[in-house]
Amino acid sequence: MNPEEKFQAIVDAEDKIEPTDWMPEAYRKTLIRQIAQHAHSEIIGMQPEGNWITRAPTLHRKAILMAKVQDEAGHGLYLYSAAETLGVTRDEMQELLHQGKHKYSSIFNYPTLTWADMGTIGWLVDGAAITNQVMLTRCSYGPYARGMVRICKEESFHQRQGYESLIKLCTGSPEQKAMAQDALDRWWWPSLMMFGPHDSDSPHTEQSMAWKIKRVSNDDLRQQFVDMTVPQADYLGLVIPDPDLKWNEERGHYDFGEVDWDEFWRVVKGDGPMNRERVENKTRAWVEGAWVREAATAYAAKRETQAKVDAA
Amino acid sequence: MTYDVPVARGESADLEETADLTTEAWPMWEVFVRARRGISHVHIGSLHAADAETALQNARDVYTRRGEGVSVWVIPSDHIHAFEPDDAADYVEANEKVYRHATAYDIPEEVGHM
Repeated sequence: MNPEEKFQAIVDAEDKIEPTDWMPEAYRKTLIRQIAQHAHSEIIGMQPEGNWITRAPTLHRKAILMAKVQDEAGHGLYLYSAAETLGVTRDEMQELLHQGKHKYSSIFNYPTLTWADMGTIGWLVDGAAITNQVMLTRCSYGPYARGMVRICKEESFHQRQGYESLIKLCTGSPEQKAMAQDALDRWWWPSLMMFGPHDSDSPHTEQSMAWKIKRVSNDDLRQQFVDMTVPQADYLGLVIPDPDLKWNEERGHYDFGEVDWDEFWRVVKGDGPMNRERVENKTRAWVEGAWVREAATAYAAKRETQAKVDAA
Repeated sequence: MTYDVPVARGESADLEETADLTTEAWPMWEVFVRARRGISHVHIGSLHAADAETALQNARDVYTRRGEGVSVWVIPSDHIHAFEPDDAADYVEANEKVYRHATAYDIPEEVGHM
């Protein structure tokens, strides 16, 4: 067997590829791009929720939100570590994100206008993330799959706290329920866009499936998410903003309307409501934090020199 | 959702990306966590830190936010020396030595559990 056949045999046997194994260059690069995009999504995803930490309605909700945002920082770090095993450095990935050469999930380019957005993001955005990440726990690349197992455990808290917060709003005053409905109206379609273009417009899906990086197609995951979410909206007494949404007895799935793909591509290409601000904030934090990184390095070097002097 | 980077029709995926770097990164550390007394430390992941003290602090924040461990080790990644299964003709040989396994011996049932 040549190296490529041996690699594919490991993948086909549902065994994992580990960092020191031979792998096709395109597999390595595809994974770096995907894991980096995933890591950046976690890090940029701290901003829309960070926006509400100081204005959370109670101390309890504030503590929850801080824990969730801290988890997202942690998820970013697990993922950057996984990407690093493929031979790219953390700093390189930061740089590419700041230069706009690396992307992150477009959902984070929408603004968080009201408190109800916090619950809705937990319910829909984290719900969509779980749908995808559960699939990724079975990904062929060991470090990525292992990272996903840890992340999925924590995402469950994210989704449940969000939904519970919406139950509170939906059983509260008419104004609170209206706020929850407004949030659903704004987040529904961008959440469906999170699953990416139609399978017919995803030229790389076939290769990713053969490599078992991806196990379920975009359209199938989107359908799974809709089927799961509709009864949850019913329970809240909220209306999903899609006139075409209806149960299809024959298929055993919900039919739903078409995503606005022009909007999708516009936001992917940088023209969403918040693209510029998100990257500017991220870059500023990196630049303004440089002195901390440098000081820690200088302190470590000084301590090491001191230890050598003391030993001599 | 998907974390594949969407590529519009007619555009290339542009896999050849590089960034210019000016700063020197912190060294990498491997993190091992003992989940509870009585079991070994198990490798859980890695992180960057300037020194052992901050590596331990970061490890606690990153890997034990929900009581996952009662003890944490951090070890500079470049201090780990590895033996890869691909180099290991020894493994094949070891697998041939069935007589090293307890299951290689037939003991009559009437002797009882052994």
